[in-house]
Amino acid sequence: MKQTLLTVAGLFCASAVAAQVEVLTVYAPDYFGSEWGPGPSIETAFEAQCGCDLQYQTGDLLPRLLLEGERTEADVAIGFNSDITKRARESGLFAPHGLDLSPLTLPIEWDDDTFLPFNYGHTAFIYDNTKLDGFDSFEALLNAPDDVRVVIQDPRSSISGLALVLWVNAVYGDEAEAAWARLAPKIVTVTQGWSESYGLFTDGEADVVLSYTTSPAYHIIAEEDLTKSAAIFEEGHYFMVELAAKLAGTDNPELADQFMAFILTEEFQTMIPTTNWSFPAALSEDKWPEGFQSLPMPETVLFYDENEAAALRDEAIEAWRSALSQ
Amino acid sequence: MLWCDKAVFRQGGYTLLADVQIEAGKVTAVIGPSGAGKSTLLGGIAGFVPQTGGRLLWDGVPIDGVAPDKRPVSMLFQDNNLFPHLSVVQNVALALGPKLRPSSEVREQVEVMLGRVGLGGMADRKPAALSGGQQSRAALARALLQDRPLMLMDEPFSALGPGLKAEMLDLSVALALGAGRTVVMVTHDPSDAARVADAIVGVEAGTAWAPIDAPTFLSDPPDAFKDYLG
Amino acid sequence: MAQRVVAIIAALIVAGLVIGPVTAVLWRGGGFTALSAADLAALRFTVWQAFWSASVSVVLAVPVARALARRAFWGRGALISVMGAPFILPVIVAILGLLAVFGGNGFVNVVLDPLGVPKLDIYGAHGVILAHVFFNLPLAVRMILQGWLAIPAERFRVAATLGAPVFSVLEWPMLRRVMPSAFAVIFVICLGSFAVALTLGGGPRTTTVELAIYQAFKFDFDLSKAASLAVVQLALGLSAGLVALLLARGDLLGAGFDRVVARWDGSRVLDGLWIGLAAVFLLAPLAAIFLAGVVGLGELPSSVWGASARSVGIALGAVVLTMALALPLATKAGEAASLLGISVSGLVLGTGIFLIVQPYVRPSEVALPVTMLVNVLMALPFVLRILRPGVESARADFGRLGQSLGLRGWTLWRIVYLPRLRRQMGFAAGLTGALAMGDLGVITLFSRPGQGTLPLLMYDLMGRYQMGAAYGAALVLVALSMGIFWAFDRGGRANAVV
Repeated sequence: MKQTLLTVAGLFCASAVAAQVEVLTVYAPDYFGSEWGPGPSIETAFEAQCGCDLQYQTGDLLPRLLLEGERTEADVAIGFNSDITKRARESGLFAPHGLDLSPLTLPIEWDDDTFLPFNYGHTAFIYDNTKLDGFDSFEALLNAPDDVRVVIQDPRSSISGLALVLWVNAVYGDEAEAAWARLAPKIVTVTQGWSESYGLFTDGEADVVLSYTTSPAYHIIAEEDLTKSAAIFEEGHYFMVELAAKLAGTDNPELADQFMAFILTEEFQTMIPTTNWSFPAALSEDKWPEGFQSLPMPETVLFYDENEAAALRDEAIEAWRSALSQ
Repeated sequence: MLWCDKAVFRQGGYTLLADVQIEAGKVTAVIGPSGAGKSTLLGGIAGFVPQTGGRLLWDGVPIDGVAPDKRPVSMLFQDNNLFPHLSVVQNVALALGPKLRPSSEVREQVEVMLGRVGLGGMADRKPAALSGGQQSRAALARALLQDRPLMLMDEPFSALGPGLKAEMLDLSVALALGAGRTVVMVTHDPSDAARVADAIVGVEAGTAWAPIDAPTFLSDPPDAFKDYLG
Repeated sequence: MAQRVVAIIAALIVAGLVIGPVTAVLWRGGGFTALSAADLAALRFTVWQAFWSASVSVVLAVPVARALARRAFWGRGALISVMGAPFILPVIVAILGLLAVFGGNGFVNVVLDPLGVPKLDIYGAHGVILAHVFFNLPLAVRMILQGWLAIPAERFRVAATLGAPVFSVLEWPMLRRVMPSAFAVIFVICLGSFAVALTLGGGPRTTTVELAIYQAFKFDFDLSKAASLAVVQLALGLSAGLVALLLARGDLLGAGFDRVVARWDGSRVLDGLWIGLAAVFLLAPLAAIFLAGVVGLGELPSSVWGASARSVGIALGAVVLTMALALPLATKAGEAASLLGISVSGLVLGTGIFLIVQPYVRPSEVALPVTMLVNVLMALPFVLRILRPGVESARADFGRLGQSLGLRGWTLWRIVYLPRLRRQMGFAAGLTGALAMGDLGVITLFSRPGQGTLPLLMYDLMGRYQMGAAYGAALVLVALSMGIFWAFDRGGRANAVV
């Protein structure tokens, strides 16, 4: 009985204390909330630092924010891809972060005052190195025999698919459609998203899959599997960066600023590689995990800023579509 | 007395005009060629077929527009008289109220009635375990237990053999008349009418004729029914 | 009549639940948008593949259902239950299973290749149809089988003693009634297809309307376009459904007492062949998934228990709600109204509900009830398709008897109709539960970390390179779904004709 009373009293006290703790609402994509994603460790680390309660709301990031408009409860939104930030910016929902960007270690120049990078990667074709010798250029892939089986994602439903068509556009420009026509016979199928493609690849339905330069890191580090490699092309690879931004309408601006600043800290950045399987945006290479340091990296990085990406998107997709519809 | 006062019953594309008076306490058979409207007449009296004209009165009280279970009518259909998933006692007990577990008084009443129709001891069987004749007896028991002054029968024994059918006709008429009921019975076999009917209502080409004394009807049928009766 | 009022209310609820959210999206998007040439091409392909998928499913289902109806063999009940599995699988799991058997690296090609047989290429429009048949054949078989079992035993005896052609006298009238409605339901399901058409279609030639909606919503954030496409999709589904409902004429078959009877026609060998082929086609991919899943079971995280519990809870809730809505709607008009539920794009429905709910309550709070509601809408047409023939037969046979005894409303249902509907209700409840288990639904807009369902967990694992564990989760999902399905289905079949 006494035990029960004490417990109840304890609970009351705890909830009273909890009532005073501030809440930081962070909107993030689905993978953030996954227990293998970066979300949980970021949450623990930040809560220890701020003495607050970080709560994620996961799901479709941008559509949800646009639907909610100014009524949104979000303080911070994390997980935007640079190819779609134009729309986000136009909504007027986001406020400048006011941070010093010199800690960034991106291979490109970045001076956006609203969208803050927290990790990056490049599109790359992953192949099974026990079956294929690999390709050292895009041309090599396009010249490969037609019985090489490639699986890619649809640019209309997948962010990696979109990055791919922009990549082809960046390398081939006006010849994009001709390039696609050369790749088309090798393409086994086009999937809705990355998961399905990678599943087909690991099941042996395809020899080559469109993925990221960091994919082999997972296999090497988590599975001790050295059979998957990324083909590094001399023409260069398309750069994909993930971003965070503060909501202009946040009711907790100091906490939001604190979180944004936290993103650039070493503590946050060191969590990224092995939870998100991507490169940290603000961490020097010598501090990366071993498996990442030894990853083959592209020498040339191709990138469209958000305006170029928005402008080129439709024609890049159309080149893809008409070439593959023959 | 059941009075169809220029009553018009309409079912689908079919219309029946009935301007007849049926005497209480007697057995009236309804005969006529198939498709003429015999079942429509019964359906109209029972309340299943919409009445679009005229009046329907029992004992001077109008019963048109009243729901079937609120009319002073109990009915035996041509088939599907028993619910297959309920036992005999449950089926018969429904006459006294919508309970699936009859109280002991109800059960007693049911068993008495089952005895009177010759189904003593079969109370807990399911219909599938009964013969055709036994199923008819169970249905009869229920109709009787409903205790309505007017009992309508739509060829309920037509599936039985002639001997059994005659037996069931005799039994049902005896029990019904014994309880002071009025019986209106559709049959396609004039010998049924000859056996038990006091009067005959002929139905032909969408019209129900006024009742005629049975022996008279059968020995010297009206012209319209000469072909039918042969 | 009180019954009619209840039916009208139920129909209005269903219509409201669909039309309301679509209108919300339209309104927010600022009205309709004209469809582009690409959209029209997508529409054409969508209708084409839905038509062929439904046709092939229904036509193939006939000999299989007939064989099952007239052959009794050990394990028949279990086989019928298990054969229903493809229908309730999450799409991606089924695709992977199909590819494991029919894919470029699949079992069939591995076996045929050394024999010099040309490689079977599953990718293309034919692959889309194959996958749709895989999903929907079990449903078609069950619906048509129900039709067969509803023909009274006595009539087969009559036909047998007369040597009458059973097909034209008994079976064709039944088929004429059941096939169009089975076709309609499957057609509408295939209209909304997305992942299958994309993954197995091989490329942009096999784009469907649902993909156009997906793109409009998630990438362009063009609500108007998304809603416009959804309205077209709705109109298509509803038209197809109405046409099929109108076609489903034919006399209602009378009731026989519930006895089992054998038949004296037909070839045992041919029947065995049909059953065998169907079983192999449906079970081989399932076996592939099973094998991969067993291996992956060990890698499952502990969160699988919570996710499973949540999924089961939603499923059971959906069953109760669906059955409650279905009984009053078991009429022709009700079934037409219910077709709205599966004609509507899940994405648009979810967005619309989100828009309606969001000003008043935080969407993540209502994630589970909303998911349940959407599952109910999706399951309702199947449930009605299954229940309606039984309800109509019961009404035709015993309606008058019930009326003359003064049974009405709930009493009438309880005493007269429900006992006769046990088998159909068991199947319908099982189907609803299983569908709800595997549904990803609208949860992406409403979800909260730690509140996920089992399918979400599976996608999660897939997205984190954990393919092995994903297969394991898929196995758990299939096992639970089948368990729920079997429990309800068996419960319905006990004491009823098998």
